[in-house]
Amino acid sequence: MSTVSAHLDSISGDGHEHHHDTSGDTIFGFWLYLMTDCLLFASFFATYAVLYMNTAGGVSGKDIFELDFVAVETAALLISSITFGFAMIAAHGQKKALTLTWLFVTFCLGTVFIGMEIYEFHHLIVHGNGPQQSAFLTSFFSLVGLHGLHVTAGLIWMTIMMIEVAKRGLGKSTVTRLSCLSLFWHFLDIVWICVFTVVYLMGAM
Amino acid sequence: MSHSHSHSVEHDASHGTVKSYLVGFLLSVILTAIPFYLVMEGDFSKVTTLWSIVTLAIVQIWVHLKYFLHLSFTTEEGRASTFSFLFSALIIVMVVGLSVWIIYESNAMMMY
Repeated sequence: MSTVSAHLDSISGDGHEHHHDTSGDTIFGFWLYLMTDCLLFASFFATYAVLYMNTAGGVSGKDIFELDFVAVETAALLISSITFGFAMIAAHGQKKALTLTWLFVTFCLGTVFIGMEIYEFHHLIVHGNGPQQSAFLTSFFSLVGLHGLHVTAGLIWMTIMMIEVAKRGLGKSTVTRLSCLSLFWHFLDIVWICVFTVVYLMGAM
Repeated sequence: MSHSHSHSVEHDASHGTVKSYLVGFLLSVILTAIPFYLVMEGDFSKVTTLWSIVTLAIVQIWVHLKYFLHLSFTTEEGRASTFSFLFSALIIVMVVGLSVWIIYESNAMMMY
């Protein structure tokens, strides 16, 4: 991911001089990336807000959203946020086994979330409510799918980080990368707050 | 950005404790449960429910930023992150708010 290349740049950049601590810059740079990602999500939200009433005679949000299902998805993602927090505390305390355990728990919860989302999408498509049916469904699949893709990317990244922690331990650069992933993961949870509020809760009202 | 020696000190303060994560988590659970309850039960009027869930979502975003992402104004690093977030928030409000405004108005003008 981008953190790795940013890190390599920083090594080749000023490595031969005095060894400055660049982890703060790396994390701040990653934060700026997340802010631009916010804008990407904002444009998808704007599209959804403009198109959600254009159901082309098909289903609306009220017909297809099942809030208890979404509540479980939300719970899985929210719990995964705190377990990642515990993983970070363990990582800063140089506790390798504990870090790996919490990362694995987070990974499982993330997988539950993605599994449920894939189930929901599959269920909709099988019942003839695929993204090509109406502008509402297109924007719904795009917005929720974009978030799902981010979570999937986070899960792949998490797998790589678990391998790195297992093989190399908790060196400074590894902890920096974990910090970036932690920002990414918490950021996705914030985006999900907007998704369940704007899409599911408002749609089911 | 600062490259100073105080860096590591700032850094230690910038990742939370078990307690701060638990506080953030509990607040988030409450702030998630209420809007779901409001919509699923449907006891209140549509307008009341709508404003309640929007307010609760904004409060929960703030809780996440404070307790999980550790945004703060007290460290130099935190200030830079917080200002870049506030700038993004401004752009988001403009992109989403103005898009919705423009399209709804044009929709209304074309219908009547």
